[in-house]
Amino acid sequence: MTFDVLIIGSGIIGTSIARELSKYQANIIVLDKENDVSCGTTKANSGIVHAGFDAKPGSKKAYFNVRGARMFKELQKELDFPYEENGAFVLSFSADGHDTLLELLDRAQKNGVDGCSIISGDEVRKLEPNVSKDVVEALYAKTSGIVSPYEMAIAMAENAGANGCKFEFNKDVISLTKKESLFEVKTKDGSTYSAKVVVNASGVHSDEINNLISNNKYEIKGRKGEYVLLDKEFSYISNTTLFQLPTKMGKGILVTPTCHHNILVGPTALDTDDKDNTWTTFDGLFEAFTKGLLSVPSLPRGGIITQFSGIRAHESHDDFTIEFSKDVKGLYNLIGIESPGLASSPAIASHAAKEIADYLKLSPNPNFNPIRKGIKHISHMTSEELKDAIKDNPLYGHVICRCEVVSEAEIRDAIRRYPGAKDLDGVKRRVRAGMGRCQMGFCTPRIMEILAEELNLSLDEITKKGEGSKIVVGGIKE
Amino acid sequence: MKHVRLLIIGGGPAGLAAAVSAYDKGERDILILERENKLGGILNQCIHNGFGLHTFKEELTGPEYAQRFIDQVVERKIPYLLNTTVINVNNDKTVSALNEDGLLEIKADAIILSCGCRERPRGAINTAGSRPAGVYSAGTAQKLVNIDGLLPGKEVVILGSGDIGLIMARRMTFEGAKVKAVVEIMPYSSGLNRNIVQCLNDFNIPLYFSHSVVEIKGDKRVESVVIAEVDERLNPKMETAFEIKCDTLLLSVGLLPENELARGANVDISRVTRGAIVDDRLMTSVDGIFECGNVLHVHDLVDFVSQEAKEAGEKAVEYINSSAKKEYEKIIVETDGKVRYVVPEIILKNDNYNPLTFKLRVGNVYKNIKLEVSADDEVIYSKSKQVVAPGEMETISLRTKEVEKMRIAKSIKVYLRSEE
Repeated sequence: MTFDVLIIGSGIIGTSIARELSKYQANIIVLDKENDVSCGTTKANSGIVHAGFDAKPGSKKAYFNVRGARMFKELQKELDFPYEENGAFVLSFSADGHDTLLELLDRAQKNGVDGCSIISGDEVRKLEPNVSKDVVEALYAKTSGIVSPYEMAIAMAENAGANGCKFEFNKDVISLTKKESLFEVKTKDGSTYSAKVVVNASGVHSDEINNLISNNKYEIKGRKGEYVLLDKEFSYISNTTLFQLPTKMGKGILVTPTCHHNILVGPTALDTDDKDNTWTTFDGLFEAFTKGLLSVPSLPRGGIITQFSGIRAHESHDDFTIEFSKDVKGLYNLIGIESPGLASSPAIASHAAKEIADYLKLSPNPNFNPIRKGIKHISHMTSEELKDAIKDNPLYGHVICRCEVVSEAEIRDAIRRYPGAKDLDGVKRRVRAGMGRCQMGFCTPRIMEILAEELNLSLDEITKKGEGSKIVVGGIKE
Repeated sequence: MKHVRLLIIGGGPAGLAAAVSAYDKGERDILILERENKLGGILNQCIHNGFGLHTFKEELTGPEYAQRFIDQVVERKIPYLLNTTVINVNNDKTVSALNEDGLLEIKADAIILSCGCRERPRGAINTAGSRPAGVYSAGTAQKLVNIDGLLPGKEVVILGSGDIGLIMARRMTFEGAKVKAVVEIMPYSSGLNRNIVQCLNDFNIPLYFSHSVVEIKGDKRVESVVIAEVDERLNPKMETAFEIKCDTLLLSVGLLPENELARGANVDISRVTRGAIVDDRLMTSVDGIFECGNVLHVHDLVDFVSQEAKEAGEKAVEYINSSAKKEYEKIIVETDGKVRYVVPEIILKNDNYNPLTFKLRVGNVYKNIKLEVSADDEVIYSKSKQVVAPGEMETISLRTKEVEKMRIAKSIKVYLRSEE
């Protein structure tokens, strides 16, 4: 079968483009080398919908960031993912910072970002009392937001899937060639696909995919960012995202609430040669937390429940590439989509999808349904809703994860969806079972049982995150 | 809304003993809520023996110990609901719980929280490295092995020398796994001495004190861990680092009382025990809400949990039956830096001179000391100990005469005195 569009990568860019393209009549397939959507940079970043005051005026980053950020509210209504406009401060710790704040304010105006102002340290602390006394002033960006990036990508993928888009996983693309007008795509497991357009949305590997076929070479440098995450118990620390004045190495350490009321501290910025290495380091975790203390001196070390790191796809031109390849007809490249890539993603996707649709002369899909309903979470329900839900399906009354209060019905729903959860991490990202303070201590064996039942596997075949990550090595001695 | 006089949240050892004692004290309107599919709590997966030496004067396995109490609950026909998870407790003693029959809304005259504790996860110890399969808390591994019959791994390193970790070192060895090391960041174990002897020494499993796991390696599944010695401030000395190949890292790095429900009811929580602050009736800062067992503070032996729960059951019944709610003046029990905590932390100025028990843990290993209690400046209790250690809970049983002195004192102190 020949696909109209083959998308490589199911991060926020790949899934968003898939969803935009499913508005047209086209055969679309998304391939990912991992076992699920959203396993790369999308699952491990700050989850900030940047307002758009940071990017250089005139850059693609500025253009797509500002437009993308404005699309979140509408998208949330359609796709039902966690997003909140919580506002952000860029904290300045000395009078020297004043000029930089003015520059940011100026950028905000040039980029067309509304709701930005410079306020005093006391005004900041009036809004966020836990902010350090050392803060002298700050830029306040009211339209900055937070989003759950992996849940957004999952929502995009589910909606694309419902509108006819196909997803295949564990498909690591190793060869990309063109025969006449068609691409031939080969994956490590021996599969071959044929497509008219290939969308290169492969994040930190987008240079490698491009370089398989194009003479116009790119080089992505991995830049690792490490984070620590605090228990919900400490959600009082801040409702607003707290940036520190940017440095050459990025936006500095932020302290921010997440959509699920944890407090996230990070990221560090360390260039790395191994673009898949998301291992955290002793020094990095120390640095993240210590710098976080500058913004909030009372950050409790004992409140940390987990750590992680993600790799930014930094490209040396320091701006996004969002265009058809100049030498390979039909290859659409998305390269160097680092911060503010998440905030930009809706605008990037609609721009890219339009160019691809024009290229392929696609007609609109009359059956496109923009609505995706999220998994019903019992932790969000009122008493009346709970009663109705349990009457309808008693498994809503069976709590599996106690830290985050997640029921068996939600977990089964997460597995049955398309593309659905296939492993413990997939369940975790969709329904939060295991995201809480015990970090899967109690619910691991129970979720294994549900996965085994739903996927018709034996317990010793269940994995944490796909091949090679089995939870157990077998049965005990009889 | 359903009404019960005494609601017990958690059907493990604490909840069961509390229910039995409340019944024996005359209360007939009791309900136990348990989220698992059977009573007994964590004892169900503790299939090793060593339970009950104090209570029953014999060595029982965990499930056997639990069964003794389950039998008593069943004999008394005390009602309980299984597969029922409490999602909310309010300070007016209304409770919401979920099961497959629906949402239960209950109003209670008194509530005993007996919901136990949970294990500290990897995140709490800030270990760097990858996030592969193969890193489990010791209790999760125990459930996989003992309940589900599954083997988590074949080559194991255990971080932390808490009791569950020690027990699992032996258990995994029995099942054919090779336990390569137990690594403890402190210069002493947080587990019982008998477990070090029976679970490690007997199987030649090396125990590294003052060491920690500084990095976990392996993308999909654990491939090795890096271990280093730590300095006095517990920071790793990287020059001492060495690597051990393994496919599994079990964590036994401490237990935390599970007090999310209590927090929701605005119960005051101790920063030290992470359990509620209770008075000598085991009542929390919220009138009519009691705590006992590991939700209050982490015990070393289940026998002491049962004893404490028995007391909580009796006090809750006394509370329900007392028509007028009296306000008593409170005396906060002080400790020195060496005694890390004492439970109860509050003594009420009333005329109940019944015997009373303090439970406490020390913050370090101390040798040749006296464990003492003073009321104002008079030493009312003193006991010589050759050694006290953080891994073992100490108890102080005070008689009527001493309790009487305490109740009229202005200050009460529990502390260690060095023996010259």
